[in-house]
Amino acid sequence: MSSITTLNRMSNGSFALVTGITAEGLTRRRLLDLGLVPGTKVEVIRRSPVGDPIAFNIRGAVIALRREVAGQVLVTPWN
Amino acid sequence: MGLTYQSTGKLTSRVTLHTKSATYDYVIALAGNPNTGKSTLFNALTGLRQHTGNWPGKTVQRAEGTFQHNSRQYKIIDLPGTYSLLANSADEEVARDFICFARPDATIVVVDATCLERNLNLALQVMEITSKVVVCVNLIDEARRKKIRIDINKLSNRMGVPVVATAARSGEGLPRLLEAIEDVAGGCILPKPKLVRYGQMVEEAVAWLEPRVRDAVGEDINARWLALRLLDGDINLVKAMEKYLNDREAVTVIPVAREGWA
Repeated sequence: MSSITTLNRMSNGSFALVTGITAEGLTRRRLLDLGLVPGTKVEVIRRSPVGDPIAFNIRGAVIALRREVAGQVLVTPWN
Repeated sequence: MGLTYQSTGKLTSRVTLHTKSATYDYVIALAGNPNTGKSTLFNALTGLRQHTGNWPGKTVQRAEGTFQHNSRQYKIIDLPGTYSLLANSADEEVARDFICFARPDATIVVVDATCLERNLNLALQVMEITSKVVVCVNLIDEARRKKIRIDINKLSNRMGVPVVATAARSGEGLPRLLEAIEDVAGGCILPKPKLVRYGQMVEEAVAWLEPRVRDAVGEDINARWLALRLLDGDINLVKAMEKYLNDREAVTVIPVAREGWA
């Protein structure tokens, strides 16, 4: 059930619960400031034509993250 | 016109940043996340028509205007929209340096009533730097339309600072916001913001560092906040201190920081 994956692997239209951030330093700070703290529910809205970046609904704001950065957010699928 | 070295460097900063000139009684800063209606509020207060639009980094440099309320002159600075004062984009540095080093008489944190929780992060960060904060819950009309109810009094009690609901587009709530600004800037109200307490290790380090930082920089800059940033290893802030503080202050605080890191 609680299979851990990363945010960039979630498909469009799916929801995920944040369980942790593997990034460090400034990137970590930025992700936390955007509201990606453990327990946050995130919706994957869409991908740009080349698949990068990916747009997410994070606490009521649409925010695009590069795949590389989204890959540093640990999540479990939520349904 | 931005925070260039020439306009704000340490030679002139006491004059231009602190802006305690005869022309203005109070200096007010407007901070907030992107898209919370800061510029709309700025225009409503000043009657200016600063361009508002919807893209990241639109208000990269600060815009300034003036208004009068109860026969006092206010100067108001519209800071760039940011999610944080801690990460290190140019926008965030402009906002942080102004709140920290220019020490406005009041800082209005504009938050979006329709997604309050993502906005309170910045409000807490501002409250860590200065206690002279008014939280403006803007877009309250939009929130009503979405059937979101916000208990303004409770929010104010929990945060320890004045909170006012507004709809800047229609002018709703602006009289009360002006009152709150006047109370805080004039010292009639001394807000007592509820501060974040960190883990034991961090608090012990802060307890050690804070008095030393205070000795170095004096009472003008929040020593607890500065100590926390030094523990963070925030090298950009150290650079900003070199820029804004007197040589004496910068020279004494940086070795303290190094000692703290060791």
